Amino acid sequence: MSIWEYANPKKFMATTTPVIPWVSWASFGLILVGLGWGLFLTPAAENFEHSVKILFVHVPSVLMAINAWFMMLVTSLIWLVRRHHVSALAARAAAPIGAVMTLIGLATGAIWGQPTWGTWWAWEPRLTSFLILFLFYLGYIALWSAIEDQDTAADLTSVLCIVGSVFAVLSRYAAIFWGQGLHQSATFSADKETNIDPSFWWPAVLSMGGFVLFFIALVLIRTNALIRLRRAMALEARANRGAS
Amino acid sequence: MIALLIRDLRLAVRAGGGFGLGLAFFLIVVVLVPFGVGPEREILTRIAPGILWVAALLAALLSLDRIFALDHEDGSLALLATSPLPLEGAALMKALAHWLTTGLPLTLAAPALGFLLHLAPEAYGYLFLSLALGTPALSMIGTFGAALTVGIKRGGLLMSLLVLPLYVPTLIFGAEAVRRGAEGLATAVPLTMLAGITAGAFALLPFASAAALRVNLR
Amino acid sequence: MGYAQTMTRLTVTDLSCARGGIPVLDRVSFAVDAGQALVLRGPNGIGKTTLLRTLAGLQPALAGTVDLPEEEAAYASHADGIKATLTVEENLAFWAQLYGSAVPESVYDAFDLTTLRLRAAGTLSAGQKRRLGLARLGVIGRKVLFLDEPTVSLDTRSVGLFADYLRDTHLAAGGIAVIATHIDLGLDAPVLDLTPFKASATMAGASDEAFL
Repeated sequence: MSIWEYANPKKFMATTTPVIPWVSWASFGLILVGLGWGLFLTPAAENFEHSVKILFVHVPSVLMAINAWFMMLVTSLIWLVRRHHVSALAARAAAPIGAVMTLIGLATGAIWGQPTWGTWWAWEPRLTSFLILFLFYLGYIALWSAIEDQDTAADLTSVLCIVGSVFAVLSRYAAIFWGQGLHQSATFSADKETNIDPSFWWPAVLSMGGFVLFFIALVLIRTNALIRLRRAMALEARANRGAS
Repeated sequence: MIALLIRDLRLAVRAGGGFGLGLAFFLIVVVLVPFGVGPEREILTRIAPGILWVAALLAALLSLDRIFALDHEDGSLALLATSPLPLEGAALMKALAHWLTTGLPLTLAAPALGFLLHLAPEAYGYLFLSLALGTPALSMIGTFGAALTVGIKRGGLLMSLLVLPLYVPTLIFGAEAVRRGAEGLATAVPLTMLAGITAGAFALLPFASAAALRVNLR
Repeated sequence: MGYAQTMTRLTVTDLSCARGGIPVLDRVSFAVDAGQALVLRGPNGIGKTTLLRTLAGLQPALAGTVDLPEEEAAYASHADGIKATLTVEENLAFWAQLYGSAVPESVYDAFDLTTLRLRAAGTLSAGQKRRLGLARLGVIGRKVLFLDEPTVSLDTRSVGLFADYLRDTHLAAGGIAVIATHIDLGLDAPVLDLTPFKASATMAGASDEAFL
């Protein structure tokens, strides 16, 4: 028994299909409890009023935005090295989810920033890095959809993902460097994790766990859908060949 | 290897080769900016480093899709792939040829255009130096983008979408070096980072480009 | 390392290849000795181009082996790789330089390009361009040629010129050529019909078979 057995599309589908409802319901439950607790049962933080509670959405989505890219990097490497189709399709499946998570992160950040700092958007390193990450997601998704041959697309997007990862990290540090502007001393610090009140801790953890499971459920569903699509294409190719 | 470089340079300067187009584009963008933001000297001086770098970047982007697309269309790419020259070497030479026909002229012309934008006198040296250090990275990264999209018909727009995010670090450090130079501040960090990006890009991206080309030729 | 000492021989054993991820040819085997040519025949879509591209190393084989001397293969397809703004001489000089050889003067005569040497390739007719593309084979000094429809858009006289070059210069010097063509080149070469090697619809090796 090796873990690579599950890289077989049929085995993967057979294994994950029964798991998906469990993961989905668990994620809904966790998010519901985490957000319900966080939004209604925690006190308003000092200096922040209730707007701070958007962080229960913001932090998990930001977390998943980064982790989704990391997962794509790992699955891309697996595809390039071991040529397991499921791995490539999982990377493809994760990309739009990661992109949406990035957008949620940016949007909730803006909504939080307005009452807190009086501005929807600031060219601050963290925000800027996320905007750039979003562009990387867009490029990756666009490249996948532009190439007809699925294996070629998987190869090229994998190479892009690896090179993009290096440049994404580089962009992050470049943005930090650039953000230490000369005239504008840092107008605010977005360090949210520091000095977190213990009463926020549990709902935050629950919400994060819920988002992780939510991401896993979505990736599994989308990967299964993509496997079925490839299967349909393969069967169609067979049918055409038989006819000709 | 040198044969490919010479051929590409020759092709670039002959009719329809597109040499000078990037330079003309650079000039036009720089001329258009004051129409957009107004002629006030202080404003132009402030934004000149950024405008010059963004314009140089866009000018470099303009000619990227020629790097491999023409060779792919007429079959040269497949012949190159079966020749003794490894595709890594071909990618490197292509990037070098692109830089010599785009990045180098842009670097040389930039100080003159800085004049139009009232660039601070202290910044001219840094503008030249940062472009000289940074534009090779733009060519190499662009070659990688061109290699990724070579098999896609009308892939130019897609290539821009892929390449522009990769250009972010180069742009940030490049423009920052000029801005700091204009203010009389230390520029060692951004210039070193620029040189580092260029060195890293030339060390690694030929391999990524060749891998992408092989996939596209398959 | 002289070519005369090491016996050149192309041996293809049980070679299967795929186009667009779908197997087209199943277990093709043949051998070509020095000084010999092999003509590939078969209906459109049988996989002549695929086979030649696989032999030339442009795409991986599904299975099987290709034995040929290293650094001796060259590939030519209908796309010539001719640059319109370079002259005939410059086009040939580029390929010669890339392969580390020199352009032999005889090549201009052999392909009837003598009067066209300084013309920009873009001003040549289709047939003249094709001759220039084939002349590339004469300057790169490779012994094993994989030629995909080399005579497209050539008139009878030019086909004759090319056949003469292959027979009297390339093969006579111990070269090898595998040619996909529908025209009789007048070479004394065996013909390999690829039809019997057509892959069955159920043959293993398709890139998408994991999904079935």
